[in-house]
Amino acid sequence: MTDTQTISVTVNGETASAAVPVRQNLVDFLRNTLGLTGSHVGCEHGVCGACTLEVDGAMVRGCLMLAVQADGAKVTTIEGYGDRAAALRAAFIDRNALQCGYCTPGMLASALEYVEGGGGADRAAIREHLSGNYCRCTGYQSIVDAVCDVIEGESS
Amino acid sequence: MSGPLTIFDKPNSLIGKPVDRPDAKRLLQGRGKFVDDIQLPRMVHAAFVRAPVAHGRIVSIDLDEARAVPGVIAIYTGADLADHVEPYVGVLSHMVGLRSAPQMPLAIDTVRWTGEPVVMVVASSRAVAEDAAALVFVDIEDLPPATDMERALEPDAPVIHPDFGNNLAWERTVEAGDPDAAFARDDVSVVERTFRFGRHTGVTLETRASVVDYDPSEDTLTCHYSGQAPHMMQFIFAKHLGLPEENVRVISNDVGGSFGIKIHTYGDEIATAAAAKLLQRPVKFVADRLESFLTDIHARDHVVHGRIAVTPEGEIAALAFDDITGIGPYSMYPRTSAIEANQILNLTGAPYALENYRANAKVVFQNKNLMCQYRAVGHPIAMAVADGLLEEAAHKIGMDVVEIRRRNLVKDDAYPCTSATGMKLDDLSHHKTLDKLIETMDYDAKRAEHAALRAEGIHRGLGLVSMIEVTNPSPMFYGIGGAPIASQDGSTIRLEAGGAIHVSSSVTEQGQGTNTILAQIAAGVFGVAMDRVKVTTGDTKTTPYGGGTWASRGAGIGGEATLQAAHALKEQVLDIAGVILQAKPEALDIVEGHVTDKDGTQRMSLSDLARTVYYRGNELPSDMTPELVATRHYRVTDFPFVFTNAAMAAEVELDPDTGFVKILNFWAVEDCGRVINPKLVDEQIRGGVIQGIGGAFYEECIYSEDGQFENATMADYLVPMAFEMPDITIAHVETPTKTSVLGAKGAGEAGTGGAPAALLNAVNDALRPLDAQIHQMPMTPERILKALGTV
Ligand code: FES
Ligand code: FES
Repeated sequence: MTDTQTISVTVNGETASAAVPVRQNLVDFLRNTLGLTGSHVGCEHGVCGACTLEVDGAMVRGCLMLAVQADGAKVTTIEGYGDRAAALRAAFIDRNALQCGYCTPGMLASALEYVEGGGGADRAAIREHLSGNYCRCTGYQSIVDAVCDVIEGESS
Repeated sequence: MSGPLTIFDKPNSLIGKPVDRPDAKRLLQGRGKFVDDIQLPRMVHAAFVRAPVAHGRIVSIDLDEARAVPGVIAIYTGADLADHVEPYVGVLSHMVGLRSAPQMPLAIDTVRWTGEPVVMVVASSRAVAEDAAALVFVDIEDLPPATDMERALEPDAPVIHPDFGNNLAWERTVEAGDPDAAFARDDVSVVERTFRFGRHTGVTLETRASVVDYDPSEDTLTCHYSGQAPHMMQFIFAKHLGLPEENVRVISNDVGGSFGIKIHTYGDEIATAAAAKLLQRPVKFVADRLESFLTDIHARDHVVHGRIAVTPEGEIAALAFDDITGIGPYSMYPRTSAIEANQILNLTGAPYALENYRANAKVVFQNKNLMCQYRAVGHPIAMAVADGLLEEAAHKIGMDVVEIRRRNLVKDDAYPCTSATGMKLDDLSHHKTLDKLIETMDYDAKRAEHAALRAEGIHRGLGLVSMIEVTNPSPMFYGIGGAPIASQDGSTIRLEAGGAIHVSSSVTEQGQGTNTILAQIAAGVFGVAMDRVKVTTGDTKTTPYGGGTWASRGAGIGGEATLQAAHALKEQVLDIAGVILQAKPEALDIVEGHVTDKDGTQRMSLSDLARTVYYRGNELPSDMTPELVATRHYRVTDFPFVFTNAAMAAEVELDPDTGFVKILNFWAVEDCGRVINPKLVDEQIRGGVIQGIGGAFYEECIYSEDGQFENATMADYLVPMAFEMPDITIAHVETPTKTSVLGAKGAGEAGTGGAPAALLNAVNDALRPLDAQIHQMPMTPERILKALGTV
């Protein structure tokens, strides 16, 4: 199947135009065409959350969205969070909230969504929010700790 | 060995400090370097046609339509690769009687499990390769499959390798004392149970991946490999593809989870390397999630009939069991699939001072995916059987489960000793860890609370486990069996001209923090700040030779090599500094990047010293060797393994109406010897516990009778998610191993090995007042309701 369509997207502030196969998902486009390999693929069926990234202000699964659907959209990946995620990155390091780091881009995206959405330092609520993101290495606890640290740091 | 080298009293030692992981910054910026991130010029992509049935004879393969797909570069069948790949056989010479058939990367005449690779398609993209693979037609005549491991040994079962006559791969019996006489005593109480353990798999979030490049001008093969044992893979690629070993380079940068999954020889990966060699260009293969479920090794498929006899005083009079395990159609190469059963024979009951022991294991071939080593090999089964029987026995004689452990655990001052199972044990602390656990969890208060809640119809349970964990294996593990698996590891440390040091080590990093602890050890022992240490691991071309990371050996073995190398480099530096400064080397030290007097007075910076040696050698006496690099290798001697121990407990709440179990608390007290970085160790243990919870409640590879894998998606195969997981309380007891100066044992597998036993006991504690018991994992709601007799 070779059908392609030309799309234009703004990714991490830069505009890119490319002819993409209409069946290609967004995360494959970002990784293989644009070379933004920070977003990871763990299942390609929308379960693991490794591919979570931001499209027009919403966190989406890059494996469940086609690249052509992102035509005209603003996409932000882990490479582009900049200062927005600085506190979370520092807390993740401090708490050792990552091991192999494969889930981390998606985990950080979901954590950012929770923090920016005004979520409280409520461990059960954080755990629930992060339950679409699998981590096979950590015990999740350090990730919850890191998110709490950021929220409590901001509120104090 | 325990020489005069001691470092732990040094004020600037970083050992024991919860320092941050330097690599975390990269990973949090999306700058990890995983295999699938690699794009090489002229790179092509592989996809596989896999067996759709568990057992069948390949009648014909039609490739015509697939070949016609634009973008297809090559298609290989098993017969095509047979001339280019030497077959591999997964046996070890010291596992007497173990047999397995030769394996090839792609099936040739017969397929033996659903998912076995049959045809490889190489194309310009993975999508095109998959399109073409879908057009390959493989005509397979079904053969009757042997999928049920308990029935696979029956005389009328289909025989998977006809030459073998039956499906028995290996059998071993361990016996000590006189168990029959002990079971026959009239004063003992006997408990007998059958335990069933579900087959599960590692589910590394990054699937298996490799990019293999071949350069015909130099006959060199370079493999970017998501794996744990680069030097082992160097040997395997060289041997089975017919290349000089020194021409093969294996590079493992960031690895997205491994857990033992990534230390084996997989047909699709060997085929990828063969294709790279034949096509003389880079070939990438990244397993998709379905391929991972179907072909990543599985583990834990066991049925164990166990018996324990205890005296009225609670002493274990005898322990005996029969284990049967189905390993798939082959024993996995090169580690063998018999190791898991062997571990169970060796480890069951080993924390306890027992004299009478008998264990038999039968390892059988079956038409399912291969089983082999996964995190905490054999441990969850060994611990669940021994501690499951022990807690039941305690209830039978009306004794508290803590008290029965206290009466049977090997005394902390009884080491060294040998267990009934024949294991040499030293430096363990079962009583201290149990005491600390009881205190940490406030055991008595919990018991009282549970009793009160029971009156209100709330069903809570507590379960414990006392366990040992295999770590720091010596050459007596694989070396004697003839496998190309190093048990020694090496570290090379050099002083850079700028005053930093560079550590190059043969142990590898998969997220545990290996690179960090090596930097901590080197920085503290040598005398520079952490940020002046750079670490390289995972490259056979640039690191010393060694085994990589498996069996919790990185810190204990790689760490000790690094410690010794840092000492040796320090001696070199101080010798040279002595000459330059006209001082006795013994009067000097290195602190924070400077050569100092013993009292701390700075004499010269390391960069001054290094620049003098490297650039201005004319200022040095002519008999002085300008060498500022040291390598040391280390292996464990005298012991086959350095065991660690732990005590763990779980608190659960059971809903008898739905069968759902909520884990309220989990406590783990581990003695992993010297703790190098508590922050990393604690999260290792937590991650391990979570995988253990997975095995206990969620994870199972469900096969149909005819060998179809029925839940091979992440939506259907359940792994622990953040929401259901408890916070886990960790405490440590530190009994350094005497086998090394560093004193570190491993910590990677304890949680996975111990948690299922504690959880099984906790659920049974909650079920007991309801007159129900469960001995099958995962403990799904349905199975719990069945145990309760309500469905
Ligand atoms: S890769 Fe998208 S959810 Fe798993
Ligand atoms: S850190 Fe490895 S999957 Fe989360």
